[in-house]
Amino acid sequence: MKGLGYRKFKNHFFASLCTVMTLCGLFLLAFILIDIIIHGIKGVNIELFLKDPAPPGVEGGGLRNAFIGHLLITIFAVLLGVPAGILGGTYLAEYGRNNPIAKFIGVFADIMVSVPAIVIGTFVYAIVVKPFGHFSGFAGSLALAIIMFPIVLRTTENMLSLIPWSLREAAFALGAPYYKVILQVVYRGARAGILTGVLLSLARVIGEAAPLLFTSFNNNFFSTDMKKPIASLTVTIFQYATGPYDIWHNQAWAAAFAITITILIITLTARYIIKGTHK
Amino acid sequence: MAFTNTEKNFKSASPRTFVGNYKSPAFIDKFFHVITAVSSFLIIAIIVGIFFVLLKESIPAISQFGFIKFIFSTNWDPVRELFGAGVPLFGTLVTTIIALCFSIPLSIGVAIFVTELAPEKIRGFIGGAIELLAAIPSIIYGMWGLFTLAPIMANYVEPFLQNSLGMLPVFNILFRGTPIGIDLFTAGIVLGIMIIPFSASIARDSILLTPQILKESTYALGTTHWEVIKDVILPYSKYGIFGGIVISLGRALGETMAVAFVLGNKNKLPTSLFDATTTVTVKLANEFTEADKDLYLSSLFYLVLLLFLMSFVILAISKYFLFKSKKAHT
Amino acid sequence: MKVLKFYLIAVMVFFGFSLAKAEETLNGAGATFPYPLYSSWAYQYNKETGVKLNYQSIGSGGGVRQITSRTVDFGASDDALKLEEIEKNKLLQWPQVIGGIVLVVNIPGIKSEQLVLDSNTVCKIFLGDIKKWNDSRIKALNKSLNLPDNDITIVYRSDGSGTTAVFTHYLAETCKEFKEKVGEGKSVNWPVGIGGKGNEGVANYVKRTPYSIGYVEFAYAKQNNLAYTLLVNASGNIVKPDLKSFSEAAKYGDYNPEKHFYTWVTNVKSKGAWPITAATHILVAREKVDVNKKVVKFFDWAFSKKGDKLAEDLIYAPLPDSLKNKVREYWRKNGIY
Repeated sequence: MKGLGYRKFKNHFFASLCTVMTLCGLFLLAFILIDIIIHGIKGVNIELFLKDPAPPGVEGGGLRNAFIGHLLITIFAVLLGVPAGILGGTYLAEYGRNNPIAKFIGVFADIMVSVPAIVIGTFVYAIVVKPFGHFSGFAGSLALAIIMFPIVLRTTENMLSLIPWSLREAAFALGAPYYKVILQVVYRGARAGILTGVLLSLARVIGEAAPLLFTSFNNNFFSTDMKKPIASLTVTIFQYATGPYDIWHNQAWAAAFAITITILIITLTARYIIKGTHK
Repeated sequence: MAFTNTEKNFKSASPRTFVGNYKSPAFIDKFFHVITAVSSFLIIAIIVGIFFVLLKESIPAISQFGFIKFIFSTNWDPVRELFGAGVPLFGTLVTTIIALCFSIPLSIGVAIFVTELAPEKIRGFIGGAIELLAAIPSIIYGMWGLFTLAPIMANYVEPFLQNSLGMLPVFNILFRGTPIGIDLFTAGIVLGIMIIPFSASIARDSILLTPQILKESTYALGTTHWEVIKDVILPYSKYGIFGGIVISLGRALGETMAVAFVLGNKNKLPTSLFDATTTVTVKLANEFTEADKDLYLSSLFYLVLLLFLMSFVILAISKYFLFKSKKAHT
Repeated sequence: MKVLKFYLIAVMVFFGFSLAKAEETLNGAGATFPYPLYSSWAYQYNKETGVKLNYQSIGSGGGVRQITSRTVDFGASDDALKLEEIEKNKLLQWPQVIGGIVLVVNIPGIKSEQLVLDSNTVCKIFLGDIKKWNDSRIKALNKSLNLPDNDITIVYRSDGSGTTAVFTHYLAETCKEFKEKVGEGKSVNWPVGIGGKGNEGVANYVKRTPYSIGYVEFAYAKQNNLAYTLLVNASGNIVKPDLKSFSEAAKYGDYNPEKHFYTWVTNVKSKGAWPITAATHILVAREKVDVNKKVVKFFDWAFSKKGDKLAEDLIYAPLPDSLKNKVREYWRKNGIY
């Protein structure tokens, strides 16, 4: 039987080890965030949002086209992916609840969530860009929508399943058809959870670059034409950060800062909403 | 419940009341049923679609190079049109292994800390902070890797490793070469940091499921805190922890932007940890828009197909572990 | 119901918003070699005419691929396509401007135009044969320089590059060992080094990696204050890269419109010629006559005095007037001018 002192020592040792690990993790988080803030703040000025890029090597210019392009792509992705995800999740939790195929679909949804984003980018290239003959903002939105779709579907399904069956029974007892029960009782109860799912999927796709590389491509000019190549913040960051110009580096950091702040706000909002429902 | 529970055998049957509406509730209900069903079947359609589209695009390469030959060939010669997945697959494998070596101890340590060791009040805060690592987009990890981490690696960490561990027999091969920071090691570490939150949060959820009564009875026998963790909690939650690790592995496998900045895209097997190489995703990001011959593009699609199948297999494995973990809890 | 209405309105608003007829935009992609210049031209052209010329620098390989699959309005490649390829893909090709490829180095203490290299040393460096900066073969050309005892890190192009095609053509021409071991082309199997994406990526890696060497188009060296070397040319002279040496080399090209201007001007045997000079080309799809007319309008504007001045500012040599007229004749013959 090992001595008590030895066992106590092991206890303290491993506890300290775990603490050190956690401190490392927190340190890395702080390091990265502070780095982004320091470098990003340097590049953020009002010109960044109001002006379009200048030719390489020329001073000035901004990323207006990238901000607007990214916004448009994301909005369309949400319009495509979120309703499909909510409706699909509704089927799995409601109409398809006792259908064995629902479980099957659930597994496939999990598969889709872990498909690498670049695979989805090449898929959309093959089915949209190649046949239509040009890159487009719509193709980029489609790629992002495909990424968002299974995330929203799964979270909607989970959130709807949390609503107790007795609530639905009560509504049926009043003579409501199933769709009314879903729309007016179940959705209302789960809306915080569904919103959280939407926000989390949004946070996930805002920072994606790989699926946009071969779909929406890039555009040096300001454009709102989604049928053609359009600029996006993430692809611009990729181009600028791997380039040699210092101006490009500064702008890339500023764009990275903008994206990170946006995602952090969305993530923290989602967490706040969820916390609110568990009071 | 006093009422008969209709949940299990509920069939969607809506009352046929015509309250002056042209569209009866039964019709709208059917309509809603259909659109929700279609939306969910889209999942299957998309997955199947991805597989068949990738397969179709890869057929020229598959018929040219076969399967085994393609996987083990280290050729990548667009001029002579000889392609092989050997180097990118190896690179993907090695970066993932380095990432796991880095992230597994950290994430298990964090999971244990957050569930067992931390004072109650800060548990939520620390757990949330670690999960913020997952919120940072991968392209920003890549940028940070290129601008901040690579110079630190090149100027401090890698020379230090070369002069210390690098003197020992096995390590002198692993650490040889000129440390420029744009290499396998840096890429593996950036990837490792990125995947910590994935395995940490699943490990944490798994650890929390350990029944209180098991822990308390062990304490009653006079064990230390660590012994409870080591001999009761970890064995109990091991399937869940494995499942989380496998999920983080899958994430690392498919990651593009985090490594594209710091890996160098060199199509040669790396001669040491401080050598540049390429992975499937980095090769795709660099070469997809410019593969100018059909066989070149088809070979790239073949790589995408392999990546898709790999992530499929990894997910199946993780689901197996999570399933076993669920079974252990019933 | 309210959500549904809101959703439908949102869809219609954004759809309409995004389909709004934007100003004229032409989309091009390809070589990173002339990117600083095409960007500068596009910026100026947009100011004067409002037409947007969106050029994405993805490498010559990308330019060829995108125009062949007709996913862009024009492609750009330094590596000229041969007659068979042009006919097979039904394209048109012409040279637009001349540029020079320089070797850039990052050696603490060494400034531009100090280091001298010749085809033999460049070849051996990129083969991995010469491993250190103070190798006797480099020292032989640079007796007055204090070269350090550090390993050389090679930076090459990781993407399909016309710049690589020209550079490897030069090396294959002058160095048999390189021709046998590596060959030439847009993407070759470099024996040593790390790969950067585009001229931009190579410049970036050289900038941040001490004791490295890479090959880039001259504008990238100038714009990023990278130290470039002098070279010994085919006549045995030590030349520096500038408008004069680029133009001198370009004079010796066989620009035959029948062959769609396919030619090489590397390793030219003339006193003042820069050994790694190349013309960079524009490719268009033959059948898209209306689009091609707009593309030609832009590139004809670039042939004007204003365009020439912008080119010279970035040390790209404009085509001699005789060649410009040959190109215009070629356009006329093909119905796009």
